[in-house]
Amino acid sequence: MLSSIIWTPLVFGLVGLLVPKRFAAWVAMFGAVITLGLSVGVLAGFDPDGGMQYVTDVSWIPGLGVDYSLGIDGVTVFLVLLTTIAWIPAIAFSAVRGVERPALFYLMMAAGETATLGAFLSQDLLLFVLFFDLMIVPFYFLFGIWGRDRGGENDPEGSPGRGLVSVQSATLKMIVFTLIGSLLMLVGAIAAAITSADGGELSFAISDIAARGIPEGSQNWIFWFFAVAFLVKMPVFPLHGWMPDAYRAAPLPALAVFSAVLSKVGAYGFLGIVLEILPDAAVLFQTTMLILAVAAIIYGSAMAFTTTDLRLVLGFSSVAQLGFILAGIFALNESGANGAVLQMVNHGLVVVPAFLIVAMIAERTGSEEVGPMGGLARKAPVFAVLFLIVTMATLAIPASANFIGEFFILNGVFETDPALAIIASSGVALAAFYALRMYQLAMHNPLPEGSDSREISLRDALVVVPMVAIVVVLAFSPQLILHESSPATDATVGVVKEIAK
Amino acid sequence: MTFDSPTMDYAALSPIIALTAGLVVVVLAAVFDSVKRFGPALALLALAVTAGCLIWQWDANVDLVNGALRLDGLAVTLSLLVVVSAAVAVLLAIGEPAEAQAGRSDWLALLLGSVLGMVILAQATSMLTFFVGLELLSIPLYALCGTNLRRRESLEAGLKYLIIGSVGSATLLYGLALIYGASGATGFQAIADGLQAGDGMLSDSLTLVGVGLVAVGLAFKVSIAPFHQWTPDVYQGAPTPVTSFMAVATKAAAFAVFIRFFEVALGPITDQWDVMLAALSALSIMVGNVGALAQTSLKRMLGYSGIAQAGYMLAGIVTATQAGVDALVFYLAAYVAMNMAAFAVVVIRERQSGFSDDISTLRGLGREKPLIAWPLTIAMLALAGLPPTVGFIGKLYLMEALVDDDWTWLAVMIAIGTMISLGYYLRVVATLWMSPAEDSESAESAIDTAALPPQIAGATVDPFTDQEADRRWYLVAPALIAAAACLFFGIIPQPLVEFAQHAGNALSVWIS
Repeated sequence: MLSSIIWTPLVFGLVGLLVPKRFAAWVAMFGAVITLGLSVGVLAGFDPDGGMQYVTDVSWIPGLGVDYSLGIDGVTVFLVLLTTIAWIPAIAFSAVRGVERPALFYLMMAAGETATLGAFLSQDLLLFVLFFDLMIVPFYFLFGIWGRDRGGENDPEGSPGRGLVSVQSATLKMIVFTLIGSLLMLVGAIAAAITSADGGELSFAISDIAARGIPEGSQNWIFWFFAVAFLVKMPVFPLHGWMPDAYRAAPLPALAVFSAVLSKVGAYGFLGIVLEILPDAAVLFQTTMLILAVAAIIYGSAMAFTTTDLRLVLGFSSVAQLGFILAGIFALNESGANGAVLQMVNHGLVVVPAFLIVAMIAERTGSEEVGPMGGLARKAPVFAVLFLIVTMATLAIPASANFIGEFFILNGVFETDPALAIIASSGVALAAFYALRMYQLAMHNPLPEGSDSREISLRDALVVVPMVAIVVVLAFSPQLILHESSPATDATVGVVKEIAK
Repeated sequence: MTFDSPTMDYAALSPIIALTAGLVVVVLAAVFDSVKRFGPALALLALAVTAGCLIWQWDANVDLVNGALRLDGLAVTLSLLVVVSAAVAVLLAIGEPAEAQAGRSDWLALLLGSVLGMVILAQATSMLTFFVGLELLSIPLYALCGTNLRRRESLEAGLKYLIIGSVGSATLLYGLALIYGASGATGFQAIADGLQAGDGMLSDSLTLVGVGLVAVGLAFKVSIAPFHQWTPDVYQGAPTPVTSFMAVATKAAAFAVFIRFFEVALGPITDQWDVMLAALSALSIMVGNVGALAQTSLKRMLGYSGIAQAGYMLAGIVTATQAGVDALVFYLAAYVAMNMAAFAVVVIRERQSGFSDDISTLRGLGREKPLIAWPLTIAMLALAGLPPTVGFIGKLYLMEALVDDDWTWLAVMIAIGTMISLGYYLRVVATLWMSPAEDSESAESAIDTAALPPQIAGATVDPFTDQEADRRWYLVAPALIAAAACLFFGIIPQPLVEFAQHAGNALSVWIS
């Protein structure tokens, strides 16, 4: 079952190579919808108190002790659902507009989905590292081939004030940053298995490693090998250096899923892997990680507030949001962790429509700079309302799902470290500043020349409205997620909490 | 003192016999005009028969010729890799002007001679066969590098390789002599016994200097830094099919004897040399990867990348464990596939662009010629160690062996080297897929016609460009098959793991 969730997108992506070009998009779309159906099926049959479910475990490379082992728990079930949901509007958005070399584009999108789902579902540490590395490859091609150089004198759309970004160097920077982390993680994963086996039979199964335990001395350095990989991926200040350029160069539909889901793999890595196998080190470095998280919140908010490129506003706001998630995880208590899980899903769901709306704004104004924008709301009330909902969710207004998530997180951090919690909560206020500023500058004020206040077209509405609807539904009933996920989250955190005492 | 004439185990000697016979046939065929043009087919046949003999002797584990040679898993697996890469080189050389200039049969005979040296070297268990095999491997290669008679760079490469290779051989020979002096024996097993029996011989300076010199001599052959300076020049200057053969097969054969000599003969003094080899490995990883960053010639870049890859492989010897040997052999096998895919595409592009191997000749190929862009892309991703290719599993294997034997810092070095390597491997990928093709006019003028060699007298067609090269099956098929192997063994690595373990098991008597 889980295998079919992972491989369905890729299979359809490959089929897309064989059909005539104009059908490639719909084949990919069909694959994504089937994958969504499968993941909904898994959720329907999911028992919140049942621990790891739908387990698959076959030997893959017996010579190296690596198994193809999959499983799903209360946390990953929603991350998988988020992934399968997020890909659909991204593919649909590209399908209605058309892309160059469609077969290759959708193959890469599909490969990205397969790798991401694999990372969430792997229960074998090496399989996880493999999927984690694999994720970046299709996005390297997506960003590199369908992205473009931006900025410079003759490119009003591409933030001329911010200097030229060449797509080649941006993508190279992204992949090098990411792999710096993940190659060290590979060494860390091998060391984790070998030290925990302690001369016995080698096993990379996360549950085995957690049960056997890694010696405390080794935990400390292995922790950082994992942490760097995840921090780069999220990205969290100060390891976000690849983010601005990559975000500017990337094609928006691919960027939407990238920002929505791939960052969550980093966050999930902390919750689902670091806390499981390195509990002692997690306790030891708790304060360091919380400080990093708070720094990310403040830095991300401040940058989002000052930048004028809409993509970067969303990019830096993601840095801040991921800071909240990290803080929630390293609060090392139930409230923080549950808030983090909720926020992972929320952020993913909000970011996808946000980036697609940015693409539509760019089509109307010819620019992604907030400077020459304004007045777009005048003749487009529906479009404006959709954007407003997304904005409000981003700034975590009370009654939005993000509000509940951030509340849980701050509550958890407060239990652990009140001072840091107070600093972190300033991030909530800053979010209101940058989100509202983004909305205001784009939608209100007089309409400048050359811009076109145009209502959202029906086909775009079909792509964006369902996403926004999900955001609204979740805002009113976050229990839909928490009820299913909290037993798994609490169990993970419970072990670490014991150690902290 | 009486000598027993050694018993001849013809079955186990069959690979060597087949190869020698094939060599003779290829040379003789040159005499008869009617069969001359079947030279490559005959060479391929000889290689196929050799491979068949090797597979027939898959489970062999015997000492041959009075203990001078030993056919075991290690010899069989690595010889197979050598034979495969030689076969690819033969295919890639079809229609190559270098081959035409030197005479097809000479070229093929030299190649087979070198293969014979490699097969002997892979089986060598005595210092005599060790040295004979190494020279038999090297001397034809010196000549092969210079076979493109009308290109100055090719001649220069041949001469350079000859001089540096001879220095390497001399150093090695000197080292062997010192070890003979210390242990009083030439057979690897006897050396080990001698070192253990002799008073204080294990840490004697005579032994240690000998070990050092042997390591240096072998480092020249497998291009380990700081003995690598010849590599980029020779790789670039030599005709590309020769480069591809040299890059892969020489490494396979030299690493075979590297493993055997250090793990068997010098097994008792592992503590004396493991740190030295670890330092060489780390240095090689750094020098190779950093050196490759600035290259604009594909062949030079692959030369530097080969230095780094040799550094990774050397790490497998450092551990002195079976897992390390397994990992090394696995990586070598992966390296054959990755490099063959890359070099096949380089050959195709060279023929289409009038022998330019500049990276810019690849611009826009992803859109125009996906059939050759994909193999090169997969090869680059594999060399960079990204999943789902065999390169990722190879690195994983090496790291696992290293961490398991407490060489974690060396595993971290491999990780760091791999990060640096992304800088140049991905530049190739970016050029293939992310740069627009140059318009054909500027591409034409980019070829410096003056630098092209003068045409061979009497030739009616321009022998140096072949716009159809990307449709020749004997060039495209190796690229596609090698790239497919990179992917296949990246997704289903177990068969290749077992192949590698077959090599490691052969040494189970000596190392754990």
